[in-house]
Amino acid sequence: MLRGWSLREEGAKGVAIATLSTLVVLALLVVAATRSPYWPQVKESFFSREVFAESFPNILSVFVRNIAYFLAAEPVILAFALLLAVLRSLRGPAFFPLRLMATIYVDVFRGIPTVLVVYTLGFGLPALQIPGLPVAGWFWGLIGLILSYSAYVAEVYRAGIESVHPSQSAAARALGLGRWATLRYVVIPQAVRRVVPPLMNDFISLQKDTALIAFVSGFNPEVFLQAQIESAATFNFTPLLGAALCFLVITIPMTRFTDWLLERQRRRRQTGTVA
Amino acid sequence: MTEAIRIEGLHKRFGDVEVLRGIDLTVEEHRVVCLIGASGSGKSTLLRCINLLEPVDAGSIRIHGRDITERGVDRDLVRRQVGIVFQAFNLFPHMTALRNVTLAPRKVLRLSRAEADERAHELLGRFGLDEKAGEYPDRLSGGQQQRLAIIRALAMEPSIMLLDEITSALDPELVAEVLDVLRGLASAGMTMVIATHEMGFARDVAHHVCFLDAGRILEQGTPEQIFSAPREERTRRFLDRIIAAGRM
Repeated sequence: MLRGWSLREEGAKGVAIATLSTLVVLALLVVAATRSPYWPQVKESFFSREVFAESFPNILSVFVRNIAYFLAAEPVILAFALLLAVLRSLRGPAFFPLRLMATIYVDVFRGIPTVLVVYTLGFGLPALQIPGLPVAGWFWGLIGLILSYSAYVAEVYRAGIESVHPSQSAAARALGLGRWATLRYVVIPQAVRRVVPPLMNDFISLQKDTALIAFVSGFNPEVFLQAQIESAATFNFTPLLGAALCFLVITIPMTRFTDWLLERQRRRRQTGTVA
Repeated sequence: MTEAIRIEGLHKRFGDVEVLRGIDLTVEEHRVVCLIGASGSGKSTLLRCINLLEPVDAGSIRIHGRDITERGVDRDLVRRQVGIVFQAFNLFPHMTALRNVTLAPRKVLRLSRAEADERAHELLGRFGLDEKAGEYPDRLSGGQQQRLAIIRALAMEPSIMLLDEITSALDPELVAEVLDVLRGLASAGMTMVIATHEMGFARDVAHHVCFLDAGRILEQGTPEQIFSAPREERTRRFLDRIIAAGRM
């Protein structure tokens, strides 16, 4: 599972050596850092126990918003990106306009910094006061995240679709299945299976990038904005570390899970099993 | 006898390469036609054209009297009548053996799951694969995979089967089980066009043999005539090479 730093194959002696050298390196780093003349200032600004104890509950309580943003955005992104990828992989002159539109969309949104999309929509659209449309900045910020991430995820899907050998489509068409049935039952299921690990990487990025909504969330602070507020109130950066901790608790297990998926896929390929 | 397939003046090119250069071929119903010839002579392309997997450049193909190369022909409808099996099996790796067989009957013929399953089990049983119904293709041997591919095509109840060098990717000891399936189909009266390198099999089963050379049918006739008394020098040389390679 933890390929790259797994000790499983090295035996007890290997584990002992690894543990010892890790401890030595850590001790040296701690000694070097704490003996620096600036250490007391650094410790007080970033690692203040009192500030942490005071601010962390507030930070944690708004982190549910980040999780909610992520949970709301991800299914929409998965569906919209699949649509974009399918449009881009359609062949034949009749589909040229659709293919062109999907291509332009992906080029544009992959080419713009996500923060710019979130900021522009989050401030721009509520300012228009269009009747019937939500005016909450966080809502439009979330739409911005969806638009931006859909472009990336569409490319991941497209790579998956193109990795399915044309003989699979030929076999399906030869059985009398139409273009759409072939995509739906034969190509897309195989494509999606292959791109689960890269999709997971995009999930992890999205989870982190929900912090971008801080710029447009106004009176509904999410974790990053709340940490900024706490930080400003205490003249201390410790709350920002609290926010970082919230993300790590989610992203590290997701990263490990992705590694495990990749490793499993690699093993299956080696044994000749089709993933 | 009625004609199942009538091909006239068929031409097909890929870019600058003309792969089929005027093919004329008639296949009567319940007959087995074997296509022999070197790799690159156009056997596979000819089969793929009959199934409309490749658009033709010139000429016509009639299936049961109907020209399928005309504009506006429903290709999916043609493909229901004409099954094809490929050299590389092309099974769907993400589906069990049973689902491989039932996909097209359910989605194309709109059979219910129960009906499609029943039909699939019947076919799998007939060809000795019913106990593998729940397995994924990668758990089957090459011969089992190719039998499954044949069953998958048969599940659409086609009136014509095209078989494209279906034993070429198999280990020698697995070839027999697949050829036995074809023998069974032939004796049941299935109309088949078989591209093959198995000359012994062609001699046994075919009613008619065509020798393809550089995109043309250079010589055709009964198996006795082609294998025992070929008229053309090129046919003779091809057969000599096959005999030298120990495949006849």
